[in-house]
Amino acid sequence: MKAFAQLIKALDSTNKTNQKVAALANYFKTAADSDKVWTIALLSHRRPKRPVNTTLLRLWATELANIPAWLFEESYHIVGDLAETIALVLPHPKGSTEMSLTKVVNEIAALSSQSEHIKKATILERWDQFNYYERFVYNKIITGGFRIGVSQKLMTRALGQATGIDTDELAFKLMGNWDPKTISFEELIIAPSEAAAVSRPYPFFLAHAVEGKVEELGDISQYSFEHKWDGIRAQVIFRAGTHFVWSRGEELVTDKYPEFDELLELIPDGTVLDGEIVCFPNGQIGDFNMLQTRIGRKNISKKLLETHPVILIAYDLLEWDGKDLRDTPFEQRRKLLDKLVKSKGENSPLYLSSTMNFKNWEEAAAERERSREKRSEGLMIKRKDSHYGVGRKRGEWFKWKVDPFTIDAVLTYAMRGHGRRANLFTDYTFALWHEGALVTFAKAYSGLTDAELKEVDSWIKKNTLERFGPVRSVKPEHVFEIAFEGIAASKRHKSGVATRFPRIHRWRKDKKPDQANSLEDLKALIPE
Amino acid sequence: MPLLVFNKNGIYCPQADVYLDAWRKVPKCIVTHGHSDHARYGHGQYITHKTNIPIIKHRLGKLQVQGLDWNETLLVNGVKFSLHPAGHIPGSAQVRVEYKGEVWVFTGDYKLQDDGLCVPFEPVKCHTFITECTFGLPAFSWEPQQEVFNEIDSWWAANRSNDVTSLLFGYSLGKAQRILKNVNADIGPIYVHKTIYDLNKAMAKDFDLPEFTLLDTSIDKAELKGSLIVAPPGVQNAAWIRKIGAQTTAAASGWMTFRGARRRRALDKGFVLSDHADWQDLLTAVKATGCQQVIATHGYTEIFSRYLREELGLDAKTEATAYEAETIDQTQETA
Ligand SMILES: [Zn+2]
Ligand SMILES: [Zn+2]
Repeated sequence: MKAFAQLIKALDSTNKTNQKVAALANYFKTAADSDKVWTIALLSHRRPKRPVNTTLLRLWATELANIPAWLFEESYHIVGDLAETIALVLPHPKGSTEMSLTKVVNEIAALSSQSEHIKKATILERWDQFNYYERFVYNKIITGGFRIGVSQKLMTRALGQATGIDTDELAFKLMGNWDPKTISFEELIIAPSEAAAVSRPYPFFLAHAVEGKVEELGDISQYSFEHKWDGIRAQVIFRAGTHFVWSRGEELVTDKYPEFDELLELIPDGTVLDGEIVCFPNGQIGDFNMLQTRIGRKNISKKLLETHPVILIAYDLLEWDGKDLRDTPFEQRRKLLDKLVKSKGENSPLYLSSTMNFKNWEEAAAERERSREKRSEGLMIKRKDSHYGVGRKRGEWFKWKVDPFTIDAVLTYAMRGHGRRANLFTDYTFALWHEGALVTFAKAYSGLTDAELKEVDSWIKKNTLERFGPVRSVKPEHVFEIAFEGIAASKRHKSGVATRFPRIHRWRKDKKPDQANSLEDLKALIPE
Repeated sequence: MPLLVFNKNGIYCPQADVYLDAWRKVPKCIVTHGHSDHARYGHGQYITHKTNIPIIKHRLGKLQVQGLDWNETLLVNGVKFSLHPAGHIPGSAQVRVEYKGEVWVFTGDYKLQDDGLCVPFEPVKCHTFITECTFGLPAFSWEPQQEVFNEIDSWWAANRSNDVTSLLFGYSLGKAQRILKNVNADIGPIYVHKTIYDLNKAMAKDFDLPEFTLLDTSIDKAELKGSLIVAPPGVQNAAWIRKIGAQTTAAASGWMTFRGARRRRALDKGFVLSDHADWQDLLTAVKATGCQQVIATHGYTEIFSRYLREELGLDAKTEATAYEAETIDQTQETA
């Protein structure tokens, strides 16, 4: 545990990628094999089942810190991270321990089946033996969510340095369904594994946003265009007589989409499709809110399959006839894909993301303007000769999104920021007019400059109407232009509308609150 | 009428017609220490500890100032004023105010840790305690100073062995001198930014600081390799910094307690080193005064005063002031 906590501290102590890679590589060269496997697992968001809920953790930490519950909650609100808050408020440890990471993780896993009494005794004992970083790491293992700026790519680079194995091969090995409890470092990283290879997807190739003028991409005849579908990126794999559905979060989600079971009969073995899963009710693409509902359900009932059916809009073919096609130019991959999909008939859940060619950038821009009516987020621009790379690579694939929706709303509530912005009110709630009253429609956390944040913060402190814990209601006085990516009707929201990725576009100091938009204006933006 | 009131100009003693750390121009003001949110420009007369005089003159230019010793009494219209060490930065004082047997103490900024640089904090008995609480949250708990400097030393030494320059950011008044005083100067050469260099010169005769060289453009880049540069936080993004070659950056501040604070400022490393009291030390300070009333001025005032009311049974409240609670994002030179 000491070495792992030291590693996390070292990763935390630099913003430079090279130093992070060096720290990780050094760890992979020196740590025990089982600890290495758990390190890879934890840094790629695999963790043991949570043995206790956070309510209990908070309660125990509050007890041990000997502070009132409200003070723990205030501290948590300001620090912003539960694992960090607990590590900070606990008194300095009285002991220390040489337990290995593997032992600690196994102990956490075994706690699940223990009584609450034993859980508490164990966790309190560890807290009293760990220093700050060990505690922090320990709490993170229990609660999940290790976000310390170690991407999969960074980890494969480090593993590559430590083992001499090619990073693409490592990326492939790390994807998929392996269990840190049973797999060894040798099996996972060193040995080539046939069985695992059957289920493994390829690392997803990602697009860059178009920066600057799109014309700067150059000769338009080099590019193929498609609409950018707003669903879940997925690979569907047909190998060894069965199929696997992988989402971009590297999750195996085959069971969640039984619609694709029937493809097993239609698609030949040795095929891997890359595409987008979207909801498709009544023969047209549903909004993101529908898909959210589908993702959120644990039980895929017959009714849900009827009301929220999904399809795969395929846009790439990564494997064909058992051969890796990633080095074949995009244009050729697409020819094969088009043929494959078109032969599958009308009723299959497999659709094609049609490619388009444009003579000039004006034509492309005009098509982009039609994105909303086509239920897309904009256009994808792919070089016809592009290979299917790993991660994000410059100059091959681009996403050219449509401009966001915008609406003018009134600031009504503010909440103190977390951690780094603990002293400032940075989290805002915005409202629109409806029958003479302001109705909340969105929360937004970003979009202002530091100077503006300070200005809004000091205004909030002087214009607070009421306080509810960390939240304050403020005078409805300031108007902000809120931008968002998508909009849909929603029964879960008080306003009846859900917006996607709302953020502050600009501060409309020129507008009085009565000049802000109404809820009806917002509803008019919902596509038919 | 209370002995001290909070009005639009600052903390005011009506009986004596004297202000404490006023934030607007007033005729007569007792100044606790040289930080710019406490020592403001434009008062008619300044009263402060002798140590502060060169600092305040250096910052504000010519002014009319009366210096006091520790514990020396200044009598104004029956009100006794005296200064007592606050341990925050060199010269920093608490102000004791007594009238007809009633005693108030205003802390300015303070810390209980002995930093080896300034006269350590001394508790003063009082009825009403006006206290800062910049770090008035149980999440803040300082390590012993030596441990922090061991960390700073090994960071610098490791960087030096890799030919990397160590850039350490800290407030130019107080934090910078504390770093210079306590860092292991045997590791390598130390350079200081001009703001700090000038301040050091202004106050040097009272402090035994290690050797430091002014960082100026004439210095060869190769010479800086592996050195320690101490600079104020405001220059983190200055153009010259990008020109000095391989470097790693760190800040020394109580805010470095939060992982997010370091990341937000895009620093490589954060050292938790503060010139303010942590949670336990704030409580210790309050208890040591034997006071019944507490007024919290800057920092997590509402949380801290609620704790004092509900857990310690004190009559605690908050008052708004213009003192800045050394915010995380701050790049100005206050605190
Ligand atoms: Zn100060
Ligand atoms: Zn201050």
